[in-house]
Parts: sequence; C-alpha cells; structure tokens
Amino acid sequence: MTSAHRIGTEPGKVTRAIILGVVGLLFAIPIIAMIQFTFRDGLGGGLTLDHWTGLFGEDAARTYRSLFQAIGNSAVLAVVTVAIVLVILLPTMILVHIQFPKIKRVLEFICIVPITVPAIVLVVGLAPVYSVVVKLFGSGAWTLAFAYGITVLPYAYRSIQANLDAVPVVTLSEAARSLGAGWVTILRTVLLPNLRRGVLAACFISVAVVLGEFTLASLLNRVNLQTALLQISQSDPYVAVIFAFLALLLVFVLLLLIGRLGSLQTRSVGRNRKES
Amino acid sequence: MTSSIPIATTIASSLGVEGATVELIGVVKDYGSHRALNSIDLKIKPGEFIALLGPSGCGKTTALRALSGLELVNGGQILIDGVDVAAVPTNKRDIGMVFQSYSLFPHMTSLENVEFGLRMRKVAKDERRSRALEALQMVGLGTFAERFAHQLSGGQQQRVALARALVTRPRVLLLDEPLSALDAKVRVSLRDEIRRIQTELGITTVFVTHDQEEALAVADRVAVMKDGVIEQIGTPEELYTTPASPFVADFVGLSNRVSAELSGGKVVVHGKKLDLLGEPMPDGPVTAYIRPEDVAIEGKGIPATVVASSFLGSLRRTQVVLDDGSLLSIQHDVDTRPQPGDAVFLRLKGAPVSAVPRTVNAPVAEVAVP
Repeated sequence: MTSAHRIGTEPGKVTRAIILGVVGLLFAIPIIAMIQFTFRDGLGGGLTLDHWTGLFGEDAARTYRSLFQAIGNSAVLAVVTVAIVLVILLPTMILVHIQFPKIKRVLEFICIVPITVPAIVLVVGLAPVYSVVVKLFGSGAWTLAFAYGITVLPYAYRSIQANLDAVPVVTLSEAARSLGAGWVTILRTVLLPNLRRGVLAACFISVAVVLGEFTLASLLNRVNLQTALLQISQSDPYVAVIFAFLALLLVFVLLLLIGRLGSLQTRSVGRNRKES
Repeated sequence: MTSSIPIATTIASSLGVEGATVELIGVVKDYGSHRALNSIDLKIKPGEFIALLGPSGCGKTTALRALSGLELVNGGQILIDGVDVAAVPTNKRDIGMVFQSYSLFPHMTSLENVEFGLRMRKVAKDERRSRALEALQMVGLGTFAERFAHQLSGGQQQRVALARALVTRPRVLLLDEPLSALDAKVRVSLRDEIRRIQTELGITTVFVTHDQEEALAVADRVAVMKDGVIEQIGTPEELYTTPASPFVADFVGLSNRVSAELSGGKVVVHGKKLDLLGEPMPDGPVTAYIRPEDVAIEGKGIPATVVASSFLGSLRRTQVVLDDGSLLSIQHDVDTRPQPGDAVFLRLKGAPVSAVPRTVNAPVAEVAVP
C-alpha cells in the first residue's frame, strides 16, 4: 500500500468521485422521486402538469386555505424564533464572551442540551408550561416559537460562537470604548458587522429548523407547514409533496446563502484592494 | 516607506494636543485573592513619557488598564488633571489607547478606523475626514487611507492604531506593549516614531513594556514594577547607574551576581572595596550585583579563564570563569579579542554596587542575567 492510502491522508480523485457520487445519489434519488411524483398522472403511469397548475387555479386559495394558513403560521414562527435568537441569545453570548468568560462553558452546556433531548420528552416537559403560555399569550400558533427558541439553541449557538471565537471581540470592544463608544454603539457599529456571518447563519439555520419541525407542533396541537402537509397528504398527496419539495428548496437556498456569506466579504475586500 | 517627519511637525501642532497631569494615589486592584496592584503611587507630569517596565505578572498592564478604565480599581484615586476618574467609564475618560494585539476594526478602512473616535464625538463629516487624513499622514500612512486592516502589515496596523488614538486629541495616551507583536527592525523604527510624535504633540504618555531596552530608549522616566508595586521610578540613567534594589539591578541591564562580604558599609569583592547602593545593611555575607562594563580585562588582577566571547557590533561580551568556579560576564571594546581557554586578569573598576544579604551556604547564581 502506498503512503497516499494511509489513514488521514486525502483520498485520490477516483475515491473522491465515488464517495461524492454515492452521497449525491443518496440525496438526489428521493428528491428526483419527489419531483417525478408531482408530475405523475394518477396510477396510469403518464405525466401531467395539472398538480402544479392546480396550485394557481381559481379554486386554489379556497381548496388549500388551510395549507396557506399553515405556511403563514410557519413564516410567523420563523420570524419570532429568529427574533428570540437575536434579542436573547446573541446579546447573552456577547455579554458572556466579553464580561463573564468564566461561565462560557455553562452557557454552552445549556445551549447544547436541547439537541440531546428527544422531541417527545421535550413536549412532555413543555405541555404544562404551555398551559401557562396559553393563559398569558393565547393559543396562537406563534406561541410555538417559545419552544422553537429552545430547539434552535444548539444550532444558533454553534454558528454564533464559531464567529465569536474567530473575531477578537474583547480587544475590538475595548478599543471602541477607549475611543468614546458606549455599549450600544459598540454592538451596532463594531461587533455586529464583524459577527454578521455567524448571526446570519444562526438566523438561516433557525428558519430551516422551524420550517422542518413537526413533532412539537403536532403534539402541542398547533398548525404549521409540516402538520398541514401531513393533513393534506391524506386527501391530495401530490400537493403535499409539491409543498414539501418547495420547503426543501427554500431550506437548501438558505443553506447556500450561509455558505456564500463568507465569500461576500472577501469579494468586497478584493474590490477595495483593486480600487486602492 | 518615506519619512513623515516634516509633515508630522506641522500636523502635530494642528492636532492641538495638550498633556495632562496624571496621578495614581494608593491604587489597589485585586483579582479574587490575588493583589495585582498593591497601593501604587505614581505622578506623571504633563507631556511626560513614562514607561512601566517589569516582568510578566508584575501588574504593569493592570496599572495601565486601571488608568484607562478597562479595569475598575478596588481602592485609591486616579487623577487626571486633578479630577478623580476612578469611577468614570472608559468612554468618558478622554484617553487614547494602542493595544498589544492588532485592534483595528476589520470591517473598516484605515480612514474609517481613524474617524471612529471623531464620529463618537459627533465631529462634522468634513472636519472628521480632514483630521483623520492628517493623523494618517502624521504616522506616514496618508496613502493607505482606503486599505483594510488585513491589507496592512503589523507595523502599519499599529501606526493606524496610533493615529486613531491621537486624532481625538486625548489628554493621555496609553500604549499597552504596542510593539511586542512586531519584528525587531519595525519595533525600533516604530518605537522611535512614537517617541518623536509624542515629543511633538507634548501628550502625556504611559507606555507598558517588558523590554528594558525599549523602555530605556524612549521614556523620560521608567517605573520598574514587581509584584504589584513600583520598585523604583527614575530616569533611565538613574535606574541603570543607581538601582534602588537588587531586583532593579537585575532587571534593568545586565548584572553579574557575585559572592561578597559587606564590611563597614563597603562591599568587598575579591579584595576590592566598593560603595554600596541603596539602604545601609548590617555587615555579613552578601550577593553583589556588578555590571559587565564595570569589570575590565587587564594585565594583572583577578585571575580567570575565558569561556566564551561574543561580538555584538560596537562592543564585545566575554564570559570568564574565576578560580573559585564562579562565572562572570564582562563587556569591553571590540579590539580586545579573548579566545576560549585564554588566561586573563580582571579588574573591578570600582563602580558602586547593589547587594542583598546572603546566608553563608546559599548558592549564588554567578551568570550574568539580562
């Protein structure tokens, strides 16, 4: 065996192509099957555009009212969940990073815990909490965002923390303070621009998690995109699959955006270099 | 890079900085049970350049951060122009600060970085821009205004940081080991430039460093710190020629630690009587601190054998071992070129020395220490 095949070395071109091909197929086959299914003309075996065009027909709004309402609910949930991340988690993390670094591990533990708790266990714990939530805020679907705020913690925490570790936040904030800036100004004009990548990643991942969440919504009796899809799939499986595909596409686009965020800054810097 | 001296002279006057009197009175800072600053007293005159010098953990950076407000003190007063600012937050203290690590805001250009402090003070856009450009020219980076931090070298980044700290016309400039991340040549050049700009502006400056050469080269006075207290404060010459304690003698410059006897107020080293620096001590065995330049190689005197000799440019440093086995470092001119193994004779020139009491059997580290 040559040294190129030792453990830890980069695989050869052929090996890489095989790995990529197998993994690619693993993801592509179900998606292609989904797309193909949305064009299937019943059990006859032919193809048709009717399922897609039906979404834009005159009766669509009435026929799929519950689905569109669920999409609206999910959108609101996504916005409120992102707001929770931005208003509670982000400032807490920055504060801990700058002023209380000793409790960083505790915060990390708290934020990572939700990923280890099965959704069904979470629901058992949240059910009595939600009896109070209902009394305080009503039973609107948006209240589910309180629970989602917990489920997205591990993902949002990791995204923001990675960025916090990469930027000399303490030195930058001290430099800004020595130049006369108050904490709000420091957060707005110095820290957030440098944490943009992590914050946006946290937001997009939160949106992706919210759009794909089913268990909590179903067991806490709230309507969101996933519960509506399940419901509609029993009467119109084609439309359910179309929306599931579109939701998947949206999440995919969000993840692509996360990946592109880093290169945006590099590009703008490159442009500035050219100009100078 | 071209010299910015002529431009700087003009700009320095236009910046209109005025130095302030700075006073630390009984300043105490504790980190849990550890006392980082133990009742520090320090008075800095307007326009004076003070270096805080000491080994890691001596409290010099803590003292600077206390002065800046980045660390709140547990006791004592910090006066700037007579006003106690101990409880005033950093952003209200009107100080300029340059940090050890590069602290330019990465998402801003050099110009925007320099403008930042002026923006915080709500200076009009046009004036802000012209003052920021002037400050950049003062540090020789007028043509680098549109560059981001990662497009600048370490030395350039620290120059921009210096311009950023000065552009707001602060009352006090605080420099927290600003040269430690730079390579040797840039360090010297930037060190000299900082001193030149400071002199031209007349701004009261506190410079923290663990590098004695740096401190002696730029400061009007140097405060040598150890274990949270100031061991000695004085001009570089005073510290070098009349160190107040063995620690200062040891830390500032090179010193040989030599076994000696104190008798009748004189330090007797190999039969030679030397004056004692500092407080009088009871007679008895002592460890004396002798500078390498206070020992000469002569035709007769204390016999020794050369161990090694290094050429240091304008001078030569030679290590010898005495008959009793103790090592000694000698500094002499380059024309004398002793070789390892050569038998030589030494003469103590008679300069006063610091000494510390020694128990008779305690070992003495004879090797010269920086």
